Amino acid sequence: MDFNFEPEEEAFRAEVRRFIEENKPESFDPYGGRGQGAIEEWNRKLAEKRWIGFSWPREEGGGGGSLLEQFILKEEMSAAKAPSLGSDFMGLQWVGPALIRHGTDGQKRRYLPDLLNGRSYWCTGYSEPDVGSDLASLATRAVLEGDHYVVNGSKIWTTAAHVAQDIFLLVRTTPDTETRESRYGGITCLLVPMDTPGIEVRPIPSLIGQHSFNQTFFNDVKVPVENRLGAEGEGWQVVMGALANERSGISESTSKERELEALKELARRSRSDGRPVLDDPSVRRQIAVFETKISAMRLNGLRYLTRQLNGEHPSSETSVNKAISNQLALEMSDLAMKFLGSEGQLAGAEQLRSLAMHGTVIGGGAPNIQRNIIAERILGLPKD
Amino acid sequence: MNFGFTDEQELLRREVRKFLDEQCPLGEVRRIADTPDGYASEQWKQLGELGWLGLVIPERYGGSDLGWEELVVLLEEAGRTLFPAPLISTTLAASAILDSGDAAQKERWLSRIADGSCIGTLALIEESDVVGSAGIRLRGEPDGGGFVLRGEKHYVADGVQADLVVVAFRTGDGERDLSLALVETGATGVEVAEARTVDRTKRLATLTLDGVRVGPEAILGRPGSAAPAIEALFDRGAIAVTAEMIGAAEGAHALTVQYAKDRVQFGSPIGRFQGVKHPLAEGYVDIESMKSLLYYAAWALAASPAEVPCAASKAKGLASEAFTRIGVTGIQLHGAVGYTEEYDIQLYLKRSHWARPMYGGEGYHYDRVATFGGI
Repeated sequence: MDFNFEPEEEAFRAEVRRFIEENKPESFDPYGGRGQGAIEEWNRKLAEKRWIGFSWPREEGGGGGSLLEQFILKEEMSAAKAPSLGSDFMGLQWVGPALIRHGTDGQKRRYLPDLLNGRSYWCTGYSEPDVGSDLASLATRAVLEGDHYVVNGSKIWTTAAHVAQDIFLLVRTTPDTETRESRYGGITCLLVPMDTPGIEVRPIPSLIGQHSFNQTFFNDVKVPVENRLGAEGEGWQVVMGALANERSGISESTSKERELEALKELARRSRSDGRPVLDDPSVRRQIAVFETKISAMRLNGLRYLTRQLNGEHPSSETSVNKAISNQLALEMSDLAMKFLGSEGQLAGAEQLRSLAMHGTVIGGGAPNIQRNIIAERILGLPKD
Repeated sequence: MNFGFTDEQELLRREVRKFLDEQCPLGEVRRIADTPDGYASEQWKQLGELGWLGLVIPERYGGSDLGWEELVVLLEEAGRTLFPAPLISTTLAASAILDSGDAAQKERWLSRIADGSCIGTLALIEESDVVGSAGIRLRGEPDGGGFVLRGEKHYVADGVQADLVVVAFRTGDGERDLSLALVETGATGVEVAEARTVDRTKRLATLTLDGVRVGPEAILGRPGSAAPAIEALFDRGAIAVTAEMIGAAEGAHALTVQYAKDRVQFGSPIGRFQGVKHPLAEGYVDIESMKSLLYYAAWALAASPAEVPCAASKAKGLASEAFTRIGVTGIQLHGAVGYTEEYDIQLYLKRSHWARPMYGGEGYHYDRVATFGGI
């Protein structure tokens, strides 16, 4: 075991720190996302460094960064509370890697430059009203008619569909009942401009009244065949075949560290029955449990990263840290609300954050889904 | 950056596992646990010959000159099969001598420990509810260059089996006026009485010192200045016990997962039901986390000593609650057979009762973590 980094890795770390020092915007709204001048400027500078798409191959315009460099970059960015590495989360997480592996030259030329220079804005169409965690049963139909597909159906929880330029859409090209080998066989991936006639976006306000996700309807939407990514029936592989991305979850553990700092601050100024809540040993202990589990997340991540560096492909293991992160989010928010006491009834920022947390927890794959993944894929228990 | 074991360390793991699977499967564990000594002296000698009793002892004293990462590997494997032997006690006694002993003391004891001819242990705590050096009250009265010890030490691991006990005692009124002495269990005034444990693979004793003389040659380090060494022993004890707990937690978890796959009810293996699979998934998450925390603490012992107290407390704090939970889950998911003598899962639950408070339970360790975290 060795937790030290090589000189060239330390040099890269220093370069990242210098970049942050010189370019991190002084003030920005971390939830505000794009459209803020400061964020646009930050994205432009990142793009110059090729740090948007940092892990993508250089010949595709990416940064060609190694796993360890990705780790260092994310760790430093997260520790400095810098804005994220590009604002098009869906595009960078899903679309770019899929394009690089499955895209035609034309598709790459059309989409990759905007992804890499921070101008793209994608949303994804996976879930449907009757299809949540069991994605393979999706029912939005695409029928080939000459040189285009005709899409009918509806997608739900489409984050940012009301502002995105394009949607990365999973559709069914062969009915569920006709696919032989697997239920995933009849799924195809389409890249669809959001201004295509027949697409209708209806907002779904979240429980804190925020408009971030939508239900998106497809009514005889015509999509040219050249907008298909990968072969027909290959949609599942297109979505699942991510690039060799760093999977340590380092950003998640550093952001949990920051949340814990905030919780400690709240604890220090909170009183219960007229006495500091920190006089209660069980409160101290609970905070220590959080501290311990956040350390465990970081170290689990480093162990999985080491396996990746050794050429293994940890996949289901990432569910371990997701499970811890979800549990921590729920428990930390619960403790914060206890600290707030009657103040918890008011619509303040802390209170709203505690409610908004549920979106993050469910969005990453609800806790019970993570437990299923661990039990079935790692422990080998029978599927239900 | 490399958070993994080396090929040599993995080889050691395979060798230890093979040895224990062959020499000491659970049936043999049960047989040995029923004997008065609670360990098999023949196996103990073999461990010495294999070099596993001297993993952390330098070569010049007959040891293998490796480190705590290797020790963790050995103890994890020992825990997995509930191997009954005074491994942790003896290693910690060796560690105390290595850390604080002079050349003559090292010369005298370390090679005997490494070859298996001396079983050692620590006698630190006196009352069950005080962990750490605050619980050391036994006084040493100055006597020539040495001391006379009078008092009792409780929860002394493998006290009856031990030839040599490292005893912590107080030499002044200051909080940190602490000393360590090497006491041979055969010496005049030393009495060891077994305190019967629930987990028969682990033995405890009460040590009574009735005017035991310890000369200057038996004092470890300078009298009155042993507080840092004692604190280090608590940390290392926590790390060693956590390593065994992780192995045992994996053993218990594997038994339960297998049972969930085999046991059919309502026309289906019970492992298909989310009420069964979810606690097993949580157990896996806990085991992964315990491992990461522990390996880091073991690494820090040599590479980053200042981090050890906090790292050890995080590991032992989580292990104390999680191993217990995994044991309880194991019994409950087994159902009625889990409550029988016949099924092995109960052995693991009993082990958790031994391990949880050893060198501090979650209360003690999480409290330290809170303090280190500025709370």
